[in-house]
Amino acid sequence: MKSLYAKIAVLALLAVFPLFVGSDYYRHLVIIALMWVVIGASWNLLAGYTGQVSFGHAIFFGVGAYTAGLCTTQLGISAWWGMLLGGPAAMLVGILIGFICFRLRGAYFALATIAIAEILRLIAIVWRDFTEGMQGILIIQTFRSKVPYYYLALGIAVICMLLIYKIIKSKWGFYFIAIREDQDAAEALGISTFRYKSLSLMVSSFFTGLAGAFYMNYMGFIDPEVVFSLHFISIMAILVSIIGGAGTMWGPSVGAFIMVMLQELFRSSFFGYAPSWVSHAHAMAFGVLVILVIRFMANGVVGDWSKITNLWSKGKPAALVTNGN
Amino acid sequence: MHFFETHRLTKAFGGLIAVNNVTFHVEEGEIYGLIGPNGSGKTTVFNLITAYYPITSGTIRFRGKEMNGLPTWKVCKEGIGRTFQIVKPLARMTVLENVMTSAFCRTSNTAEAREKALEVLQFCEMEKKIDFPAKGLTIGDRKRMEIARALATSPKLLLLDETMAGLTPQEQADGVQLIRKMRNAGITIIIVEHIMHVIMNLCDRILCINYGQEIARGTPAEVANNQNVIEAYLGKE
Amino acid sequence: MEMFIQTLVAGILIGGVYALIGIGMTLIMGVMRIINLAHGQLMMVAMYITFVLYQFLNIDPYFALLVAPPALFLIGAAIQRYLLNPLIKIESIIPENQVLMTVGIGIVLTETIRFMFSSDYKSVKTSYSTATFNIGAISWNVPMVVAFILAVVLTASLFFFLLKTDVGKSVRATAQNKDAAMIMGINAEWITQLTYGLGAAMAAAGGTLLLPIYYLFPDVGGPFTLKAFIITILGGLGSAVGAIMGGLVLGVAESLGATYISMALKDAIGMVIFLLVLVFLPGGLKQLTKV
Ligand SMILES: Nc1ncnc2c1ncn2[C@@H]1O[C@H](COP(=O)(O)OP(=O)(O)OP(=O)(O)O)[C@@H](O)[C@H]1O
Ligand SMILES: [Mg+2]
Repeated sequence: MKSLYAKIAVLALLAVFPLFVGSDYYRHLVIIALMWVVIGASWNLLAGYTGQVSFGHAIFFGVGAYTAGLCTTQLGISAWWGMLLGGPAAMLVGILIGFICFRLRGAYFALATIAIAEILRLIAIVWRDFTEGMQGILIIQTFRSKVPYYYLALGIAVICMLLIYKIIKSKWGFYFIAIREDQDAAEALGISTFRYKSLSLMVSSFFTGLAGAFYMNYMGFIDPEVVFSLHFISIMAILVSIIGGAGTMWGPSVGAFIMVMLQELFRSSFFGYAPSWVSHAHAMAFGVLVILVIRFMANGVVGDWSKITNLWSKGKPAALVTNGN
Repeated sequence: MHFFETHRLTKAFGGLIAVNNVTFHVEEGEIYGLIGPNGSGKTTVFNLITAYYPITSGTIRFRGKEMNGLPTWKVCKEGIGRTFQIVKPLARMTVLENVMTSAFCRTSNTAEAREKALEVLQFCEMEKKIDFPAKGLTIGDRKRMEIARALATSPKLLLLDETMAGLTPQEQADGVQLIRKMRNAGITIIIVEHIMHVIMNLCDRILCINYGQEIARGTPAEVANNQNVIEAYLGKE
Repeated sequence: MEMFIQTLVAGILIGGVYALIGIGMTLIMGVMRIINLAHGQLMMVAMYITFVLYQFLNIDPYFALLVAPPALFLIGAAIQRYLLNPLIKIESIIPENQVLMTVGIGIVLTETIRFMFSSDYKSVKTSYSTATFNIGAISWNVPMVVAFILAVVLTASLFFFLLKTDVGKSVRATAQNKDAAMIMGINAEWITQLTYGLGAAMAAAGGTLLLPIYYLFPDVGGPFTLKAFIITILGGLGSAVGAIMGGLVLGVAESLGATYISMALKDAIGMVIFLLVLVFLPGGLKQLTKV
């Protein structure tokens, strides 16, 4: 119960945040963090819960973003249609990838995701007539204020988290975790591992695509290097989940805020307090962070928290959270 | 028509013929024993029945239906449950969650699955351990949990692969009790076991294989006195 | 027709070097069961070492073959020992944490080099960089031919090492069955370090051989990591003979693609081959030949 109040309090805080903080800069940071909550939770559903590690979630983010952008440049309709189409488009790609890879055991899925992200990036660069190539897609944002985007991002994040929460507590959640733990055992229990891996990927790719479509509408600009980036989308999605706690319900949300904050600290040279070369080192910092997190915090803030202290009851490893809580 | 039957079941791993023309049938309500020395192909027979490996040749029929070509999970849905010789617990789940997962085989409702799981765990006398993480269990409890997990899929036929190996004598005795209880609950059982007194006590009929081939079949007494079987286990003098 | 043969020749020559780089990754895959996503970046570091030797000490790139690969061997072994190996003992939800670690290592290597040398393009222009000779109507680029020959020699010596020496046999035993190898008294931990070091050294040799023909910049590693893993998949995850074929296939396909489809899509061709293999031949090329 206590943890439920905590969640309501955090939600309430987020809901009133823009009313008290007028700075566009801070509003922007929280909007981006909320977007990463969605992507992190999506990646976590697939990798943390289902055990299918994707190294290419930029695929779905990019497809969602380009779907929104192309609505305007190719179809001449509002990029907001992308919010409707981006998720399904990304999901379609997800279904295809799942169909190819999930029949095979082993590292194939992880490898295929890297390769497909790379193919899509190259296509987006080369197919200029369709995608505008390296120039990217520029649209005019609908709102000048950050507030509508803020509440949209919050809404998407809340819906995404609620849905994933429901999934994890249901038959699907049990099946996903069973697949992560032992695929042979799972099959013997009547679980079509192919089907449930695909379902997990579908949900995951849908929300990541939705986040991509949101990004297009919010930022008003995308290019292939940004939305199909291995480091700053695919690896970032992994880091967000791991630093927060892969395979935990709320870990990725925590991780999203931590990662966005860390990234911003470096990008802004610690808000100008550090020498300016620090801002050039943010890629380096990112790499060092990957190493440190994997080495010392493999189960993340939420996952390892309970190992050290016992204060945070919801920090139990994923499987143990499924009953009760 | 038999409840369960294999016909000239064969499996080749490259040049090695692990199962060679094995034909047998099991009637409803029976406890059927499958024995043979190490590496004789018993586990492989189970893996063929549950479709972990594609069959090289031969057929498997269950309740009149040909099972060849069904994927593993569908074999389970058809009503064949199994345990693994090398146990495969869902390590980072609790005992209850392990069994609930398999209870979802027949329902999509979490409360129902939970109820079914608790019922099965009670049946297996594991109700005190429901909240234990599976990875922390003793080998005896792991094996028992595997049986519980297989039971929760509501099987008509249960394949038990060396569920007594590595257990204490007391645990073995409890295991024999449990298997009897399952049979009384209407479940047909095929059991692979090295521990002879367990096999001799439980089984109605036994098939003995060596190098993948049948060498004897019959009642426990017949098989125990069969010259081929004695030679296979003890070696020729 | 001439153009076709010319393209084919170019593809085979570069394919030999690709194979060398790919075998490095395949070795690592075989023994450690991970995809080394820092492979191209390790190669890139070797290229900078070669570049520095040439620029400041006037050492010919081919002589650098005696320096860069050993250096990378040490770097690789150290990475394995201090960054990858400790992860085995950490229990985590995500099983691929070693792979993820190599991504981090790759980023750090790239950024360190960028820090030291900036993002500018560099090149090693030797007297023979653009030299060619003709056989019939086909022209042969000298450094490419040399690179190919040296790649073949290095690959052959690697095979000799793996097949004929005790240490090499231990490497193969560990790749086949780690537990059994350990029971037989093989120090698997040491073999794993050696393997990662060797893998890095092979990549380093490949990079050094490419330097007289290639431009050098910190991000050159990424595409080569991808090439190496395509080769590894093509070869069938862990088969060295498969990797040689994989390297040649990739080289030829890229070369043909660049000539007949589009230069810009050259890098995508490898990816497409990868997907085709995944769909139609998941066991890799070795599935066709049973080697
Ligand atoms: N996947 C496989 N690939 C190749 N050979 C296999 C495979 N599985 C089993 N075998 C071989 O098939 C033969 C039969 O093995 P199986 O595991 O069925 O024996 P078993 O009767 O269960 O033995 P045990 O009593 O030791 O459990 C053995 O020679 C074994 O090495
Ligand atoms: Mg066996």
